[in-house]
Amino acid sequence: MSAATHDEATRRDFLYVFSGAAAGVGVAVTAWPFIDQMNPSAATQALATTEVPLAPIAEGQQITVMWQGKPTWVRRRTAAEIEQVRAMPNSELKDPQPDQERVKKPEWLVVIGICTHLGCIPNRDNTGQPGGYLCACHGSVYDASGRILRGPAPLNLPVPPYEFVSDTLIRIG
Amino acid sequence: MKKIALAAALALAASATAPAIAATAVEPPAVEWSFDGPFGTYDRNQLKRGFQVFREVCSACHSLKLVAFRNLKDPGGPEFTEAEAKAIAAGFQVPALDDTGQPTTRDGILADHFPLVYPNDIAAHAANNGAAPPDLSLMAKAREGGPSYIHAILTGFHEAPAGVTVPEGAYYNEYMAGHIIAMAPPLKDGQVEYAEANVPRTVDQYAKDVSAFLMWAAEPKLEARHRLGMGVVIFLSLLSVLLYLSYRRVWRNVDH
Amino acid sequence: MASGPSTYTPSNGLMRWIDERLPIMRFANDNLLSFPTPKNLNYAYTFGAILFYCLVIQIVTGIVLAMHFVPNSTMAFNSVEYIMRDVNYGWLIRYIHMNGASFFFIAVYVHIFRGIYYGSYKAPREILWILGVIIFLLMCATGFLGYTLPWSQMSLWGANVITNLLGALLGQDFTQWLWGGYSVDNPTLQRFFSLHYLLPFVILGVSVLHVWALHHVGNNNPTGIEPKGPQDTVPLMPYYTAKYYFVIALFTIAFAVVVFYAPNLFGHVDHYVEGNPLKTPAHIAPEWYLAAFYAMLRAIDFNFILDSKVLGVLVMVGAIGILFLVPWLDTSKVRSARYRPVFWWCFWIFVADYAVLSWAGLQPAGVVLFQTGVGDDGNPVGFSITHLSQIGTIYYFGFFLVIMPLLGLFETPRPLPESIATAVLAKKKGGAAAPAGATSAPETRV
Repeated sequence: MSAATHDEATRRDFLYVFSGAAAGVGVAVTAWPFIDQMNPSAATQALATTEVPLAPIAEGQQITVMWQGKPTWVRRRTAAEIEQVRAMPNSELKDPQPDQERVKKPEWLVVIGICTHLGCIPNRDNTGQPGGYLCACHGSVYDASGRILRGPAPLNLPVPPYEFVSDTLIRIG
Repeated sequence: MKKIALAAALALAASATAPAIAATAVEPPAVEWSFDGPFGTYDRNQLKRGFQVFREVCSACHSLKLVAFRNLKDPGGPEFTEAEAKAIAAGFQVPALDDTGQPTTRDGILADHFPLVYPNDIAAHAANNGAAPPDLSLMAKAREGGPSYIHAILTGFHEAPAGVTVPEGAYYNEYMAGHIIAMAPPLKDGQVEYAEANVPRTVDQYAKDVSAFLMWAAEPKLEARHRLGMGVVIFLSLLSVLLYLSYRRVWRNVDH
Repeated sequence: MASGPSTYTPSNGLMRWIDERLPIMRFANDNLLSFPTPKNLNYAYTFGAILFYCLVIQIVTGIVLAMHFVPNSTMAFNSVEYIMRDVNYGWLIRYIHMNGASFFFIAVYVHIFRGIYYGSYKAPREILWILGVIIFLLMCATGFLGYTLPWSQMSLWGANVITNLLGALLGQDFTQWLWGGYSVDNPTLQRFFSLHYLLPFVILGVSVLHVWALHHVGNNNPTGIEPKGPQDTVPLMPYYTAKYYFVIALFTIAFAVVVFYAPNLFGHVDHYVEGNPLKTPAHIAPEWYLAAFYAMLRAIDFNFILDSKVLGVLVMVGAIGILFLVPWLDTSKVRSARYRPVFWWCFWIFVADYAVLSWAGLQPAGVVLFQTGVGDDGNPVGFSITHLSQIGTIYYFGFFLVIMPLLGLFETPRPLPESIATAVLAKKKGGAAAPAGATSAPETRV
């Protein structure tokens, strides 16, 4: 008698536990689309990468493209500018980093044009540093490699992930 | 003057026949589609051929503005390769601004949508005798009969029966509501050169292929929907059995 | 309180501490777990739980859709297509929300018809019934507002027709106030979106009152006889919660079949055409769940004291208004149609009548069903949709204004059982396998 009720109890519990677990799995699987819908949509993801043709950019010229909503500079540096930034010793930099580590091909600089101080967009300016940038908001000065030389900004201009699809085309992001 | 008269005549004809339309529209003959039924899927090659027909014939007047070029490589559609989709995109001109801020055009990229054919609705009406060619992105869901209707329209052009006058610049169509359509018969046998051998180059085949393509354009998630649905219904059926047994177990000792 | 004194004892110190400050666990226990519920409730009584499930689904999917939808007339239609094509699983969430509305109404109609059949509106459940009618009205408003949001041809012209109708009753000034302009346009869409987001939470609040009113007097049951003691009831949990889970799973199967395999079954093709204020669609139709009232509106195509347009609106409004009076229109002392053989027939004819009116409301105006000749203008004449709707409307109002009051006075009811427990035992005896030689009585199953 007691053996039968004990058996009954475990059989009954198993059914309820299994049903509950199955329902729980169902609820969890149903939750995923509601969470995933907040992830970037396909349209936003399409803009996650930007391709930039390099042929139209003359030596010494810089263009601005929008990448993931941020102004990104693609600049063709002159030989003089490259030589100058490579000659700068690390000890004189606030955020030391050799130019070679910031570019894939020395002729091409790709950086995000947002001052690392408080987010303004610096201008190309020769007064503070030949071939460099000056941020008008609080006076930060960057060199032709986008590295911070002086002023309140703490870090160099960030380099976004990019690759050379060909000699005349880069893909940022 | 002629254009205005024609536009007015078409508008009048459309409004006058409106009440009769719903009652007397001829039902399009049903076509068997690969995507019919709960297990239906798109035929990739048919979608590619359909896109070709759209590109070479329809896109001259009809836009597809809700579809982006990147959708052409998405799973569940024609599944062009990324390179093919990029080439298709570059073949279209999309609006852009030049360096002085003036409107110009540039080659399309994957992120762009299919561009409009006319800059705005007024231009579209003016260039087409008062009847603007509608955007086709949702056409397969916006008409009774869906893709079968589109196929019927494209193959339904013929001489008007005796006693029916067709206004100048318009055409007689068996399946159009009111039988008068402003679009000239767009398809001819042999018009589009398919790369695939063994596919007939007939108006009927072109119509079928472009209708299937337009169904995908209207419902790109159809295959994902069918697949997910199968799993959901099977899971729920099993769960229902478990829950029913639990319910019976709970009530076993109670008269009810 | 139908459940009697509270049966809750806090299980530990923390629970006792909470209970002394905010008796929320006591409330949950008394109302959801141990609430004594008649043990003979059939599947028709599970639709209250199903409705709550539907409300939760609509609110969750609606909030998520609102993260992507743009309530501006130039962007609304495209934002819905953005959801369908680009938002991750957007197509699924939109189709769930769209068809969820239809299933919400399927469930509410079963729930309402159940209430009429078993006399659940009779004393002491009048307020319960009235709260239910208020919820139904709020649902109709919410459904109508939601349908306008995609700004399709059907959205725009449906909004136009309904707001103009209200204008027939309340004046052009009222309509312009409602529109926020001189026609249905962007200001209308934006306020409709705000109200569509608001009303479901009002429904939630009124539903809480609805369940409170129910629990205060206790559930009705298929016999219409109040429980006489614990032998007539079982605690809500686990007995009815187990039944709810099962029924909800079944309901979800039907829902999933529609969402995944026929998502546009309840819709209209013109809902996929962008709204154009210069082009009226050939055929304006409301969503199916409002179609019966639309049929009644169109049935009034004659003047009688008042202009036919105003009269039609009054009839349509009256059709819902009369529901508020039902507890006082029915004079029968017997609650359940199980024991009212004439009312049983009248009820099922009413259900069929409502279905026919709904079908008629979806047809184009003026279609002739049985042709008897040709009119002066060359169009066919005969028995038309309008005539059918007129007959349907007469029966609809007749059911409430004539049948309900009179039947109670003249009908002979079947003998009532003594109690729920005796009814259940009688059913069990009648239905159990008969011992050899005995004949089993045919079960009265309703």
